[in-house]
Amino acid sequence: MADDAAPNTGLQHDIVREVYRRFGEGEFRFQATIDGMPTLWVEAGRILDVLKFLKSEVQRPYRMLFDLTAIDERVRKHRDGQPASDFTVVYHLLSIDRCNAKELAGGDIRLKVGLVGEKPECPSCISIFKNANWYEREAWDLFGVVFTGHPNLRRILLPPRWEGHPGRKDYPARATEFDPFLLDQMRQDLDQEALLFKPEEWGMQRSSGDVDFMFLNLGPNHPSAHGAFRIVLQLDGEEIVDCVPDIGYHHRGAEKMAERQSWHTFIPYTDRIDYLGGVMNNLPYVMNVEKLAGITVPDRVKTIRVMMSEFFRITSHLLFYGTYCQDVGAMSPVFFMFVDRQKAYDVIEAVTGFRMHPAWFRIGGLAHDLPNGWERKVKEFIDWLRPRMDEYEKAALKNAVLVTRSKGVAAYDAAEAQEWGVTGPGLRAAGVNFDYRKARPYSGYENFDFEVPLADVSDVYTRGCLRAEEIRQSLRIIEQCMNNMPAGPFKADHPLTCPPPKERALHDIETLITHFLGVSWGPIMPPGESTTIIEATKGLNSYYSVADGSTTSYRTRIRTPSFAHLQQIPAAINGHMIPDLIAYIASIDFVMADVDR
Amino acid sequence: MTLPSWITQETIDTAIKSVQAVVILVGMVVVSAWMIWLERRLLALWQDRYGPNRVGPFGLGQVIADMLKIFFKEDWTPPFADKAMFWIAPAIAMAMMILGFMIIPLGDTLWIADLNIGLLFFLAIAGLAVYAVILGGWASNSKYSLLGGVRSTAQTISYEVFMGISLMGVVMQAGSFNLREIVHAQQEQVWFVVTQLLGFIVWVPAALAVTHRTPFDLPEAEQELVQGYHTEYSSMKFGMFMVSEYVGIVMVSALTTTLFFGGWDVPFVDNEGWFLSFLSFSAKTFIFMCSYILVRAALPRPRYDQIMAAGWKVCLPISLINMLGTAAVILWQTPGASS
Repeated sequence: MADDAAPNTGLQHDIVREVYRRFGEGEFRFQATIDGMPTLWVEAGRILDVLKFLKSEVQRPYRMLFDLTAIDERVRKHRDGQPASDFTVVYHLLSIDRCNAKELAGGDIRLKVGLVGEKPECPSCISIFKNANWYEREAWDLFGVVFTGHPNLRRILLPPRWEGHPGRKDYPARATEFDPFLLDQMRQDLDQEALLFKPEEWGMQRSSGDVDFMFLNLGPNHPSAHGAFRIVLQLDGEEIVDCVPDIGYHHRGAEKMAERQSWHTFIPYTDRIDYLGGVMNNLPYVMNVEKLAGITVPDRVKTIRVMMSEFFRITSHLLFYGTYCQDVGAMSPVFFMFVDRQKAYDVIEAVTGFRMHPAWFRIGGLAHDLPNGWERKVKEFIDWLRPRMDEYEKAALKNAVLVTRSKGVAAYDAAEAQEWGVTGPGLRAAGVNFDYRKARPYSGYENFDFEVPLADVSDVYTRGCLRAEEIRQSLRIIEQCMNNMPAGPFKADHPLTCPPPKERALHDIETLITHFLGVSWGPIMPPGESTTIIEATKGLNSYYSVADGSTTSYRTRIRTPSFAHLQQIPAAINGHMIPDLIAYIASIDFVMADVDR
Repeated sequence: MTLPSWITQETIDTAIKSVQAVVILVGMVVVSAWMIWLERRLLALWQDRYGPNRVGPFGLGQVIADMLKIFFKEDWTPPFADKAMFWIAPAIAMAMMILGFMIIPLGDTLWIADLNIGLLFFLAIAGLAVYAVILGGWASNSKYSLLGGVRSTAQTISYEVFMGISLMGVVMQAGSFNLREIVHAQQEQVWFVVTQLLGFIVWVPAALAVTHRTPFDLPEAEQELVQGYHTEYSSMKFGMFMVSEYVGIVMVSALTTTLFFGGWDVPFVDNEGWFLSFLSFSAKTFIFMCSYILVRAALPRPRYDQIMAAGWKVCLPISLINMLGTAAVILWQTPGASS
């Protein structure tokens, strides 16, 4: 085992020892991170071997490429002995087998590849992880990292004619730093021309044998695209031969904004990542910043956070439920679910003062405590929704037409789901018992009694049923929160809590200045790196923050479930018909804000 | 003072009949337009909301407001469309549905055309009506419209076949294609929904399919094809498609009443008189109109190939069995035919 006096070489982690044994310790540099996730630096030349080893050779393998992103390191001050690099590509692998073994430190591994120069090059790992495709395109789009061997390295989030790589530090973040935007006729024509779909660019045939294919542009404005999402279909009659999802129409540069907002003022931006998730979006962000700051939050805060997050899981799932029925042609259910959501928002509004985007969690606590009489409102809601859920099951989920429309449509198994990075109900429907709240409980989820609904094969039907059941489980969790709400403060007593505790301010001028700076500039987080994952409404949502000892984040990476789920579409839907695609899209349960960030 | 020689009893009758026809047709179109209001209010009732309730009493003025709005909208024809066909399609839709209503007797004395091939005429009209959808879908020169048109063609072919067959039992029992004769036959025997239950069961989906209503609204499936064949239509051309759909509902509901529920017949009353017959006929038709709306509120939409399969594999055999069964029973009951 590692000697305390020696530099941390990561030998305390099983997986690091296995990797060292296979490749030799000299190939790697271990980096200690605040979240305790084993982090290894690898040479670009060896990265594919290491990924292959972790995916298929090691015991209890890392089957899922959870995230892949890049960091522009050129102006970072605190590198603490990390290998010098201008750009770093970060791979985050996830092993569900290891997570379920209840090893809290195991299950994830982070690999880093340092790259040098203005046009950094890194080998593409699509041959190992299929879902690296979009992640590598995104890293190229935003950071200009060239992935050699990538079959179609083109822009994904930004328009095709965009110039520059906005994720880079030398790219301005504010509109005022640019020339005024002008859209003249010529530019509009060129931009539209660039969006024209050319099948040849995607390796598609225009005809085959005696069949001429029709290319149907579904979206970005289509009633069932659930937002500004475009998918180009190659059709033989109504059968989908192949398709190309096109995203980026909802891109706002949230990750870049995190680099100019203070740690505190970025919270409202997180609300709008998965805009149906409300405060549940705040949760991974504030927990991650709390890790960086070393804040431990009181039990009351944890429980309130769980309760409000589950409220948003319910409102999000209810919207899913309604639109899911709507997309197979049943027009009525959605109205009933909107009534229920209204009731839920009444409670949320009473507690947080806001409805969809309360931005209510704070670094180290909450904006304020629960209002008087909150239990009554919560109880009313639980009593209201339970019987309604039974009714919906009878009227919607058991409807014979809905069942024939959804059973066996766009089905995939557990292996395929992991290959594409599918998480959340889509993964559990394939029989993988992986709910992050159970696998690695956070914010006190270990104290709650609830079940994780599972199914055998993930198809449109089971994905719908699972979410309906999850609403019931969320109600159970909320009920337990209500009955067992701990007493105590709603804010951690820590100098980096934001807004800072006022009691600390009123002693002398020194404490007053500290408080004033904490409020006006925001807290300064100590340098470090950390990732926090939660089970969000649609799957696993994670924040990876790099703090460089300033009032803002140096790099914030937001990994969202919807991005991965959309990438999977062609693999699941080819060979089906257009109505199946619509049902499948409904069953994914995504919002474009969550995809494009 | 003498009347001009051309005013004879015959011309007076003709004049009265003409006025009657115009009143009935205009009345029906107005009723169809108000059905939009009815549908929105009923859907709202079943969906826990209010629906249009602001314009006039109970929101009844909403239809007028909508019609005015739709008249003043830009009547845009896409530059890529085939103009002549694009314009004629909504006219066909409207005309065919109104023509279909012509043959339906509202009472024993209240009718427009007493055709002795009444039911055949309806089947022909239903077949022609699909041209509105096909031409609209084709002429729009839009991929979504085209898909809608294609679906409609396939759906019509599948459903016309057994729709006709499902009604043959009624024709055999009444011994006539004339709708008034069919009602008379029901007054003498019993409402045909009793003796022709199988035929009725098959007729219901076929009738839904004729009007392109949920769950047979595949040609305009909003979630899949945006608005299907009328995606590119605006203003009054769209309005005509829309009203024709409701005219279709009124027409098919009236037809269901006539064929299976005794038309204007009131049970246990011998001489209804024109007012009571009309009331009875309207009440029955109204119930069927409402049931169309209930179906829309309650059911999801099957997939296009599932609808085809149900048509060919379920409805067609049932309607054939029904026809053969009816024929056998009639033969068996006819004296002299069995020997």
